[in-house]
Parts: sequence; structure tokens; C-alpha cells
Amino acid sequence: MAFGTYKEVVSARATDKAIQKVAQDGGIVSALLCYALEENIIEGAIVAGDTEDAWKPEPTIAMTPEEIIAAAGTKYTFSPNAIRLKEAVRQYGLEKIGTVGTPCQIMGLRKMQSYPFATRFVADKLALIIGIFCMENFPRDSLKTFVEGKMNSSLENVNKMDIGKGKFWITDPEKESGLALKETHGYEQAGCNICLDYVAELADVSTGSVGSPDGWSTVFTRTDNGADIFTAAVEAGVIETKPMDDVKPGLELLEKLANGKKDKGRKEIERRVNMGLPSPF
Amino acid sequence: MLDGLKNKLRKFLGLEAKPDAEDDEAKAKLKQEIKSEVEAQSKPAEEAKKAADAAAEEEAKKQAESSEQISKESSTQEVEKVADKPKIGYIHMSGCTGDGMSLTENYDILSTLLTDMVDIVYGTTLVDLWEMPEMDLALVEGSVCLQDEHSVKELMEVREKSGLVCAFGSCAMTGCFTRYARGGQLAQPKHESFVPISDLIKVDCAIPGCPASPEIIAKVVVALINGDMDYLQPMLDMAACNLACGCDLQTNVVSKALCTGCGTCVLACPTRALEMVEGRPSHNKNRCIKCGACTTHCPRTWFPAEQIKKDLGL
Ligand SMILES: Cc1cc2nc3c(=O)[nH]c(=O)nc-3n(C[C@H](O)[C@H](O)[C@H](O)COP(=O)(O)OP(=O)(O)OC[C@H]3O[C@@H](n4cnc5c(N)ncnc54)[C@H](O)[C@@H]3O)c2cc1C
Ligand code: SF4
Ligand code: SF4
Ligand code: SF4
Repeated sequence: MAFGTYKEVVSARATDKAIQKVAQDGGIVSALLCYALEENIIEGAIVAGDTEDAWKPEPTIAMTPEEIIAAAGTKYTFSPNAIRLKEAVRQYGLEKIGTVGTPCQIMGLRKMQSYPFATRFVADKLALIIGIFCMENFPRDSLKTFVEGKMNSSLENVNKMDIGKGKFWITDPEKESGLALKETHGYEQAGCNICLDYVAELADVSTGSVGSPDGWSTVFTRTDNGADIFTAAVEAGVIETKPMDDVKPGLELLEKLANGKKDKGRKEIERRVNMGLPSPF
Repeated sequence: MLDGLKNKLRKFLGLEAKPDAEDDEAKAKLKQEIKSEVEAQSKPAEEAKKAADAAAEEEAKKQAESSEQISKESSTQEVEKVADKPKIGYIHMSGCTGDGMSLTENYDILSTLLTDMVDIVYGTTLVDLWEMPEMDLALVEGSVCLQDEHSVKELMEVREKSGLVCAFGSCAMTGCFTRYARGGQLAQPKHESFVPISDLIKVDCAIPGCPASPEIIAKVVVALINGDMDYLQPMLDMAACNLACGCDLQTNVVSKALCTGCGTCVLACPTRALEMVEGRPSHNKNRCIKCGACTTHCPRTWFPAEQIKKDLGL
């Protein structure tokens, strides 16, 4: 139950060197969106694009593979991709849209599809929803606090951020440095503390770094639609895969983290409910 | 209480056992009254119908005797025939007719729906009637104006004559944009108090949206026909709601440590009264029409996990 319902789980990466170079992990999100775009499975994708302000992403409607690839890489702060969905349908006139999001973002989209109260003819335009694993997310000022206050760098200088091996990593022009995750604890948004979904259990396809070696991603196919698109992308040679059993650290670590998140979340829910506070889960 | 409501709904959908003896008696009496009133001309028709019914019954009996399997089929067929089509009324109070238009946007299912599944027995522009008939379900669109005695009277009559009352769209449910009415204009300057229908009568179910989308209406109709109470539950839970505003996001989500910055509320807002600022919804009250779509859609107010998994085949 740690991973929700899925069809298959593999370790995978994009074969395109251009994607490998800029992607966070195996480049699965960018490769799948590009493949879907080129095969006309989607007509555009809503991704977390960069803005003039460092590490202040903004939901972006990408209409070309170049625009999708330009938005690759994880931003550890909010990019509420859903907010441009209506515009993509109504102003851009897109009939088939792909998007990517953290598990909570996927929950909003799925709820809208099951109960489309106020979203006239929007829900059916979502043709591919890719979920990314997520332990927590940070307000931008939290990032600023530990990058500037604890790591002696500045957001403007940081080229890449990553979480792995117990640390929060930044790469700036001078060096790569890590901060123990206990130093970032307490800076995540409070809403994350009751979240029970680590591996985007309601996405078509979900992916993240944990479980696979550097440069590779762990991928779950979940819905029929998601499995079809992923399989086709693998067959087309856009994505290469390895069985999970052949890679380190493997599913065991992922399971430990997913269950750990659920346990912690349930405890926090109980604590809140005992104080008379609400919880949707 | 909820069980009672569920039973009522099931009965209305023809899923429950046939009407009990009391109902039969009442119906027979009503039939008799009608009979004595109508002209002789209609008698043959009535009799012919009776004869046909009897023949159908006879046929079903015969089949029942012929083989067990066929007997099962024919008995379910009989139930379907006997079960009355639900009588639905559409009542228009103070609103823009957007929800009614949304309903008619379901062209593809509408004709089957209207001819085979339900009887629309009352409705402005749909059914030309002076007297409001008994209804199983009344869809009420629009808020009710307290200074308009006709509307108030009509709403009371709806409650009396309808098994279930559904607040259809945000105006009926929350008051929506009519909450801004303050009178002082033509045609009747006195009309200033427009309230959600649950302020005056007991409401059984609510479908928010400004307007409610064609898809949610189709989904509700399908759920009604299938007796899918699990799907309808959130709308039964919202029945008593009579207040909404974009600031509910702050009160009920952000201030309750629930917001994740997902942006679904902004997606749902029909008037662009919301934007995301530093990962949180920021509410422009000058644009807000108090429809409640944002809070309804927020995955942190209520979350239908099982329904979603079912819909996705997960
Ligand atoms: C806040 C956050 C926390 C995460 N936590 C974990 C974790 O604990 N364990 C784990 O294994 N993986 C985690 N991930 C996922 C991981 O960092 C990678 O994003 C994922 O593996 C996809 O990499 P990729 O190489 O396949 O994608 P890429 O090809 O690099 O593409 C990434 C895609 O994600 C989009 N994106 C980036 N940031 C955001 C955002 N904030 N909101 C919405 N979309 C965004 C980009 O626009 C791009 O389209 C997290 C991601 C985020 C955003
Ligand atoms: S931990 Fe959960 S609530 Fe927080 S950003 Fe990730 S998916 Fe959203
Ligand atoms: S903010 Fe938008 S969605 Fe929310 S109540 Fe106001 S108009 Fe409706
Ligand atoms: S939908 Fe709810 S959780 Fe998501 S951003 Fe809006 S208020 Fe926050």
C-alpha cells in the first residue's frame, strides 16, 4: 500500500542527451511530455517555467519540445500549474493537455475531474498527468533562509537544487554543498505535514529519484492511459529502462520513505483532530 | 436522517421495492377522481392502457412459467415498467438561467433522458402549467427575493410538493452574485434581499457552480439513475450551506494549516478573483461573486479519494 495502485515500476532515463543534461534526474518528465507532444497525444504542456527572479517558477504553457526542456529541473517551491489550465483550454484552444505536478497538485486535478462543478469543459482536456514524488515543499523565503543564511550562497547563484542522501544540495558556480536535512526541517509548508502521498498515487505516471541510481528515475505506470504512453515512449527509444531489482538502492528505500511519510502524516492528523482542527484525510 | 433521505432517493429512482399498499390505495383513489373528471373520450384510452398492462402481466407470468432464466429477466423488466419515471421540476427564481443552459448543453444525453428516464413535469418555458404538480425532485435555480411574495410562495410550494429539493447552481445554494443586490433600481426598487433557498426551506442536495458545469449535471443525472449514493454524498453534505466567499479559502484552508499552494482554487474561480501570491490564494473581493467554487474544488476541504480511484480504475 506504500505506493498506491500501479501496473509496473521500473528504473528509467531519457535517451536524449539534451534532456539528460538539464533534467533533475532521469529526465522522465521532460522526455514523456516531449514524446507526447511530438506524437500529438498532447498539444501543449503546463510546466514550471523559470522567471527573471531566481527560483521563482511560474506555470508556463509550453507549445514546443524546446519550451518543455527549458522548464526541466526541480524547483523546490510552488508552481501551481493548474492555474493556467483554463487559459490553455480557452485562450490557447488546446484540446489535449499534458501537465506535471506534486501529489497534492494531482489531487486537485483529479478531484476536478471526478467533480467538475465549476470547470465547464476543462476536465476532459487533460490527456496526460505526470506526478513527481514529493516529501515536502517550501515557500520561496524558506529556500532563501537556508541557502543564504545557512549555506553562505545566494539564490541568484544557485544553478541546481536537489534533495538526496539525507541532505539538501545546491550547486553554484564555485562548488556543490550540502545541508543536513534536519536543518531544513521546520521550513516546509505546514500543509505538507498531513500529506500521505509520497509517490503521486493518482497520476497517470509518477516518477522521482528515490530508488534509482544518479541520473536515473524510478517510474510507476498507473492508469491505462499512462501505461500506454510510457510503453510507447520506451518502444520508440525515447526512454530506456532497467528492472527495479537490478538497481540500487531499489524499492526498499522508496517503500521506507513512503511509509514513513504516511506514518508521520497520520500522527499529525491525529494531533490536529484532537485539537479540534479539520483534516480532509 | 441520512438513511431516510437515501431511502427516499432510492425509492424515487425506482430501486426500492414497489410502492406499499397505502400508496397503491392513494393512487387508485386519485385515478378514480381523475377518471370521473375526464370526458368519456379518454375512457377507451384508459381502458386500452389497462388491457395492455394486464396483457403485459399475463405475458410476464407465461414467461415465468416457461423457464427459470427467462422468468428472472421478465420479472426485472416488469419492475422497470412498473416503476414510475421520476417526476422532475425545474423552478427558476432569481438567477441568470446559466444552470438551465448548462443542463441543455448535454444535448447528447438529453433526448434519451427526457423521453426514457425522467418526466419533466414543471418548468418555466419547458412545461406550460398553471398549477404546480407533485414532483419527486425539484431543481431550483436562483436565489429567492424576500420582497417578492410570488417567489417566496412558489418556493414554499416547491418544498410542499417535492420529495427532494436540490439547490441547482450557486445562486440557489449560496446566493452567489445576488448577494450584492441592495435594491433601489427598476423594475422594483424594493427588491433588495436575495437569499439562498436554504434560508427559507430545507434543502436536500446542492450543486454549486456559476454556472454548474454541463458535466457535473450529467454526472449527477447518471448517479441518480444508477442510485450511486456514494457519488452524490458530497452534494447531500453541502445541502445546508448558505454562505460562500473567496475569503473562505483563507479562513478554512490557509488559516487551518491545510493549504499546499496547489492552485486548484484559482483554476475553479469563474471571475479571476483569485491569484496565487507566494504560493497562497490571494482574494480580490471586488471581483468575487461568492459562488463557492474555489472552496468546493479545493482538495484540502474534502477529498473524494475512493471516488477518484474508482473513476481512474485504480
Ligand atoms: C517540491 C518537490 C519535492 C520533491 N521531493 C522528492 C522526493 O522527496 N523524492 C524524490 O524521489 N523526488 C522528489 N521530487 C521529484 C524530483 O526532484 C524530480 O522532479 C523528479 O524526479 C522528476 O525528474 P525528471 O528528471 O524526470 O524531470 P525533469 O525532466 O527534470 O522535469 C521536471 C519537471 O517538473 C516540473 N517541476 C519542477 N518543479 C516543480 C514544482 N515545484 N511544481 C510543479 N512542477 C515542477 C518542471 O517544470 C519539469 O517539467 C520532488 C520534486 C518537487 C518539485
Ligand atoms: S508533501 Fe504533499 S502537500 Fe506537500 S508539496 Fe508535496 S505533495 Fe504537496
Ligand atoms: S473567489 Fe472566485 S470561486 Fe471563490 S467564491 Fe469568489 S468568485 Fe467564486
Ligand atoms: S485549492 Fe486549497 S490547497 Fe490548493 S491553493 Fe487553493 S486553498 Fe490552497
